[in-house]
Amino acid sequence: MLRARALRHVTFVIGLAVTVVLLATAALSLVYTPKDPLEMSITSRLQGPTGAHPFGTDQFGRDLLSRVMRGAITSILVGVIAVGIGMGIGVLLGVVSGYFGGWLDEGFMRLMDAVQGFPAILSALLISAVFRPSVAISMVAIGVAFLPVFARLTRASFLELRDRDFVSAARALGAGDATIIGRHIMPNTLSPLIVQATISFPVAILAEAALAYLGLGTQPPHPSWGLMLRESQAFLATNPWFAIFPGGAIALTVLGLNLLGDGLRDLLDPKQVG
Amino acid sequence: MATLAVTLLFVSLLVFLVVRVLPGDPALVIVGTEGSPEAVERIRKALGLDRPLVVQYVEWVGHALQGDLGRSIQYDVPVAGLVVSRLSVTLPLTVMAAVFMALVAIPVGVYAATHQRRWGDYAVMALSQLGVAVPAFWAGLLLVLLFAVHLGWFKSGGFDGWGQGVGQGLKALLLPAVALGLFQFAVLARTTRSAMLEVLREEYVKTARAKGLAEGRVLFRHVLRNAMIPILTVAGIQLGQLMAGSIVLESVFYLPGLGRLAIGAISARDLPVVQGVVLFVASVIVTINVAVDILYGVLDPRIRYE
Repeated sequence: MLRARALRHVTFVIGLAVTVVLLATAALSLVYTPKDPLEMSITSRLQGPTGAHPFGTDQFGRDLLSRVMRGAITSILVGVIAVGIGMGIGVLLGVVSGYFGGWLDEGFMRLMDAVQGFPAILSALLISAVFRPSVAISMVAIGVAFLPVFARLTRASFLELRDRDFVSAARALGAGDATIIGRHIMPNTLSPLIVQATISFPVAILAEAALAYLGLGTQPPHPSWGLMLRESQAFLATNPWFAIFPGGAIALTVLGLNLLGDGLRDLLDPKQVG
Repeated sequence: MATLAVTLLFVSLLVFLVVRVLPGDPALVIVGTEGSPEAVERIRKALGLDRPLVVQYVEWVGHALQGDLGRSIQYDVPVAGLVVSRLSVTLPLTVMAAVFMALVAIPVGVYAATHQRRWGDYAVMALSQLGVAVPAFWAGLLLVLLFAVHLGWFKSGGFDGWGQGVGQGLKALLLPAVALGLFQFAVLARTTRSAMLEVLREEYVKTARAKGLAEGRVLFRHVLRNAMIPILTVAGIQLGQLMAGSIVLESVFYLPGLGRLAIGAISARDLPVVQGVVLFVASVIVTINVAVDILYGVLDPRIRYE
């Protein structure tokens, strides 16, 4: 029934198709790219699209199609790890806050209010001041920016569920806090967390691109869509395709993932299920 | 106010801990591995790093509350002065972007709500999906390509200051503000649409129409006014996001704002400047978020009673 509804949902189908293409491109780039993404060719610098280089070349003569393909890996990796960091720590804080309440809840929520004042770019600026900018910095910075949303979502679920009859019954039967949290409340919290993760993933990709563009994320010569846009800026008049293809890759990826997330949210909406 | 104070305290603690505690020895970070032990010791004494951590934090917060954010190692001037001077670019840019965002998002959201499930609504939803997907800095690059490189209507970047006239200053900030605000309209447009749809279902709207009021009057006097509460709160939150986004756009358009100040300070290992800028921007974002919460309670009496 859910599968039938899914396939009728245009947004979900388009989003799924784009996501599959992204993942396939990234996977393919690990074993095959038309050219070596790092191979330079001074005679082929700043070319527009040609047969040999369908997306053109950059300032070092490197094939842009190959670099855009390999850049998908960076985006996916940063997205997954950043969301993992945000979700892992955020859920933990949300569980403690929502289940135990009291001064712990108050303290953690004020801390989350403070963390909310640090968008990924600000966190990356701060961390890059003391450590050398790198892709790891962008993962941590973006993950930190996601902490509040996952913490609040988990907290809200736990606040709602901790006083329900089924929890009281489990407690009366001798279940400890760990069992109640892990076996009874957490499974009922997963659905909104999964939806939030699918919403956060494209946000992470955008943030990674922005940090790489600023020089605070992936460092040269490794391919990253944001880094390619940074490098393209000096050559906008000479070869505009240098800026168009990586930016288009970012936009298409984020669009597809957003449509997937929206579709998933609609499909998992309890008012529409059954 | 107590909530805001505690939150700002946490903000200051986070900034302090990352810069002072994480790297082990900030003096070594500033001087670098090539520096002499004497230089490291000199920096350590100058920044008060030889004192206990709690004392350092209390002194640093105390100075920050009086507007003293330390001294720039690179420029040897007060950090607060640098922040204020760069605000003359970042603040107008953020405000202009917010105005563009609101000017596009609210009418578009109203239109989508009044044409629900028709082509107009679908077009708006599709545009808003595109808006969310397009990175602002890529939009900025494309605007430079079109309006500066091909059409020659604008310079590709730079800011000569407000001394050349307000008009020239606004012209220099126009493209970055459009890139920043126009593509952020998506969230606000969706909020406007949802809020309008919520209010359009209310009984008093049916009553107003049944009384024979013109549709425009119904929409603007009854529907939009009541829908403005969530719209204003989301717009307020977006303001903080726009400020963070301006940091990136300043690099696209070579604007001498807070963002480029901080990025330059990273290369120069000017920790006091990075610390000062991040503390300032984070505090502004947190204050805006708390102000939005308060505004929500002020505008909607039902929230206060709850």
